[in-house]
Amino acid sequence: MAAISREEVAHLARLSRLAVTEEELDTFAGQLDVILQSVAQVGEVAAADIPPTSHSVPLTNVLREDVVTPCLTPQEALSGAPDAEEQRFRVPRILDEDVAS
Amino acid sequence: MTDLTRLTAAEIAGLVATGETSAVEVTQAHLDRIAAVDEQVHAFLHVDTEGALAAARSVDERRAAGEDLGPLAGVPVAVKDVLTTKGVPTTVGSKILEGWRPPYDSTIVERLRAAGTVMLGKTNMDEFAMGSSTEYSAYGPTRNPWDLERIPGGSGGGSAAALAAYEAPLSIGSDTGGSIRQPGAVTGTVGAKPTYGGTSRYGLVAFSSSLDTPGPCARNVLDAALLHQVIGGHDPRDSTSIPAPVPDVVAAAKLGASGDLTGVRLGVVTEFTGEGAEPGVMAAFRESVEALAKLGAEIVDVSCPHFQYALPAYYLIAPSECSSNLARFDGVRFGLRVGDDGNRSLEEVMSLTREAGFGPEVKRRIMIGTYALSSGYYDAYYGQAQKVRTLITRDFTAAFERVDALISPTTPFVAFPIGARTADPYQMYLADLFTIPTNLYGGPAISVPCGLSEGLPVGFQIMAPTMADDRMYRVAAALESTVGTFTPPAL
Repeated sequence: MAAISREEVAHLARLSRLAVTEEELDTFAGQLDVILQSVAQVGEVAAADIPPTSHSVPLTNVLREDVVTPCLTPQEALSGAPDAEEQRFRVPRILDEDVAS
Repeated sequence: MTDLTRLTAAEIAGLVATGETSAVEVTQAHLDRIAAVDEQVHAFLHVDTEGALAAARSVDERRAAGEDLGPLAGVPVAVKDVLTTKGVPTTVGSKILEGWRPPYDSTIVERLRAAGTVMLGKTNMDEFAMGSSTEYSAYGPTRNPWDLERIPGGSGGGSAAALAAYEAPLSIGSDTGGSIRQPGAVTGTVGAKPTYGGTSRYGLVAFSSSLDTPGPCARNVLDAALLHQVIGGHDPRDSTSIPAPVPDVVAAAKLGASGDLTGVRLGVVTEFTGEGAEPGVMAAFRESVEALAKLGAEIVDVSCPHFQYALPAYYLIAPSECSSNLARFDGVRFGLRVGDDGNRSLEEVMSLTREAGFGPEVKRRIMIGTYALSSGYYDAYYGQAQKVRTLITRDFTAAFERVDALISPTTPFVAFPIGARTADPYQMYLADLFTIPTNLYGGPAISVPCGLSEGLPVGFQIMAPTMADDRMYRVAAALESTVGTFTPPAL
């Protein structure tokens, strides 16, 4: 049985903000299925009582003094932006979107 | 006249220090070599001719003024395109960052500049460091100098190929699942993954933040150690940077080169020496193990039962972190923006931008990660993978109570032909079967050339405990002292 359907891949693409083509959906559905069936092997390991590891370095709450240090100028920070205006990143409209979608 | 591109980094630094040659001469020789062979190899995405010559002139001026230069001053280095370089294009092998010139240097690059090394340019890589062959670069594959029809490994194939093609004596890579060691293995060069947190991630374009580790690549063990010492150490700008000095890897490499391993206990990982590797790879590995025993090392078999689950755990953890990290490529602050016609919404522009800017492997991993993190699947996939990560770490900890270091082949197979594994993404993943456990544990590991199989290089992997990077250099240098280094056919 397939681990993932074409419809699920389409849903994942939407969540991932990828405007994939119909052709890509066909290809990815098969490939993601193979990958997911393979990685599902982790389920064979008896690990109910094992704590998870998110990180190998046991550092927590790394803090520094709250002091001003040299940083990028607004011009430098905006230098790679596709569009900028009045020292800000300019983005396409965000209002009028269909909130239900 | 000496061909300056054939010298080791240590030799170049010595000649520059005594004034027998100049940094400018050395740099020009490497730029000439790049001009002569890189059309075939395609190790570089960008060659910074002017910047390199200016840096070289500065080193020569400082030497003339009597300044005490560091151990690698005047030595050219190639940098994987995953690290930001101020004013110099940084693409991460992706169309989504084509033409981007970062406004700041990564810590690694800052330290390279401070040490007086000369940055030649940026090397090719699988897009966002996701791949094992450099075929997933948006700018075309790099070719293996040993056989131009074969892959140079990945993701850091450019950094490894630049060494094997004598375009640079040193290079920088980054290792998330093997991207330094596996290219090293298949190009007959040395690649070291430092302890996670031992080298700074500041300015390293993030793929999987709990695994990404920048590190040194070279043609011999001592050169790798010299580079490791220059780039390593605590960085307050990286909150996962370990606040401790770099282990003395240079002294360890020199000690190992004496060829005496008396009192060193090495564990052969039994899970990786069965049927998983090609016969030619196993033969070269076995011969090297015998050579190490002759140098005095005690060899024992060690079982690490959870290593077989490292690959599936990795291909859940890394894509999960990637799906989150790559959200920053949204067409707003840097790079590509597609479809902004004044009518489309931000979300539509984002989706079109990411669709056009990312290649297929990056899209696959983003979607796998999104899936593994989604409610309903989280516990079975990402959560379970994190538990397996704990068990793999315990395997390492238990092993290091018995032995000083673990050993295995670096890769299951030698360099494969270009195109052989791109049709089936999971076949590509198998290239990292032996390198991935170390990343999940966070310790250091090195690949050193140990022989040839069918005329192609085989890598030998040494895995050491966290913050015992010096130990792997000692063993690697000892192996090198007995098997020598390997030179590809002339290009």
